[in-house]
Amino acid sequence: MANAQQSKESWGTRVGVIMAVTGSAVGLGNFLRFPGLAAQYEGGAFMIPYFVALLVLGLPLAWAEWAMGRFGGRHGFNSAPGIYRSIWRNRLAPYCGVLGLLIPVVIYMYYVLIESWCLGYAYYFLTGEMAQLGAQATLPGGGLDKQVYVDFFNSFTGADANGVSTSGQGVSALVFLAICFALNFALIYRGLRRGIEKFCLIAMPALIVCAVVVLVRVLTLPGITSGLGFMWNPRTDNVGFVQSLLNADMWLAATGQIFFSLSVGFGIIVTYSSYLKKDDDIALSSLTASAGNEFCEVALGGLITIPAAFLFLGAVQVTAASGSSFNLGFMTLPMVFESMPMGRAMGFLFFFLLFLAAVTSSLSMLQPAIALLEEGLGLNRRASVALLGFITLMGTGFIFYFSKGTLALATFDFWVGTFFIFLLALFQTILFGWVLEIDRGMAELDSGAQIRVPRVVGYMLKYVSPVYLSVIFVAWLYKQITTKDGNMFHVVATKPIATMAVAFIGLVTLLFVFLIGQSVKRWELVEQNQQEVQI
Amino acid sequence: MTAGGWVIMLLSVGGVTGLLAWCINKVLREPQTSQKLHSQTDIDTHDAD
Repeated sequence: MANAQQSKESWGTRVGVIMAVTGSAVGLGNFLRFPGLAAQYEGGAFMIPYFVALLVLGLPLAWAEWAMGRFGGRHGFNSAPGIYRSIWRNRLAPYCGVLGLLIPVVIYMYYVLIESWCLGYAYYFLTGEMAQLGAQATLPGGGLDKQVYVDFFNSFTGADANGVSTSGQGVSALVFLAICFALNFALIYRGLRRGIEKFCLIAMPALIVCAVVVLVRVLTLPGITSGLGFMWNPRTDNVGFVQSLLNADMWLAATGQIFFSLSVGFGIIVTYSSYLKKDDDIALSSLTASAGNEFCEVALGGLITIPAAFLFLGAVQVTAASGSSFNLGFMTLPMVFESMPMGRAMGFLFFFLLFLAAVTSSLSMLQPAIALLEEGLGLNRRASVALLGFITLMGTGFIFYFSKGTLALATFDFWVGTFFIFLLALFQTILFGWVLEIDRGMAELDSGAQIRVPRVVGYMLKYVSPVYLSVIFVAWLYKQITTKDGNMFHVVATKPIATMAVAFIGLVTLLFVFLIGQSVKRWELVEQNQQEVQI
Repeated sequence: MTAGGWVIMLLSVGGVTGLLAWCINKVLREPQTSQKLHSQTDIDTHDAD
């Protein structure tokens, strides 16, 4: 009897561990960004650069981050500046860690806003407001007028004009933002084990159940194979399949998606793994988290969003929406749910699923900065969280107020969510392959490991990944500079909101550089004292 | 849906599902594995006030 009880508990623990590990990497990018990109770039052909990026960059870099993080943790550091300093004994090393603080904190500023949109849309589906919108949008000859949904989104997010969200008209968005901000900080304030773990214990199974229910509903729609075809067929109407693979933009988009999706190059993984012990597994943990993320992205996200949208709205509308996650998620998909049998329930479930996925991601984004404030400045957790709460509130408030055309949000996303991620990823591959070096890096990965990571991963990180990343980065930069439409360098130079957004990022960067400087002084003092004690 | 579409979909969905199934199997078959496995959400940062 006791054995049976113990076995049941053990089974429950194992299932819980799997849920937590697989769900930890799931976020908004899985259900909105990935399907949009796959539909935009030649359908199924997109999967080739996508899986190449996963194998050459995503999985190896995730392993490298877990290994470097625990290496730094064993030397007493939990923040990216401290961890990099423990690997590379150079005065510059901790300052390179500024990106590992800046990226998650700034991404948090706009991520929590999008999270609040998801909560708002879930609420509107639940209360029937979306059904009323559907009635307004219904055209006399059948079909839906998309402009009604576009107007609703612009009004809800304040995309029509700056400051409109705080003028009363956008009061609903402000309420949802306040709820999300308060929820995140309440959970982060309580600490990981007491707050985040308990939330995820409920959120993860709910997320999986919501996704599976929506998936079953979509796959049982009559004629769904035509929708699946639009998502997965390699579209070769104009050029051959091989020719379509020469599209550099597609390779850039696939690489960016892998980074964003697996949260590599963010500075988050190195911080979390630094808290692990030498006999804890990091090899299988990293692989399981990546596999869970890929399952949610490819098997759930890839089978739900675009196939359903194509079935109800047709190729023209889906193609027009697929280049933008906001267009696809907040303007096109509500039309799909309005057209679908049981659409109101499905709409609620889908947006609630996005909300849960977003919360489980945003909760982990502030830990890298909390770690620096604690170990570098000696602040306790609550003081660190309060300080970060103030900084992120400023940033989110900036994006929320300067909401016209979501330009402030796009500027934050371009510089921090794309440009800096490439830089940090490149720095980390070089740090692992050339400074920590393959033998020490792979030995760290093997310590406590439940699987043996192939040795080729080390060589890939040393020789292949940096070259692949550099080529992709230079090509992406060249495209940005030479393209007139959407050239963010030009946008920053000509649009005051974008200039202010970059200035804000600059200020936050300076603050973190100052904090790193203070931390370095503290670390040097501690090391000096330890040396004196030894003498 | 074309044959090429079916192949890409089945390989992609099957590949990631197979990888996840392998990982889950690894955890469920070996009891000690779950004690050593960690995610961002269950790591103790030892700093709760």
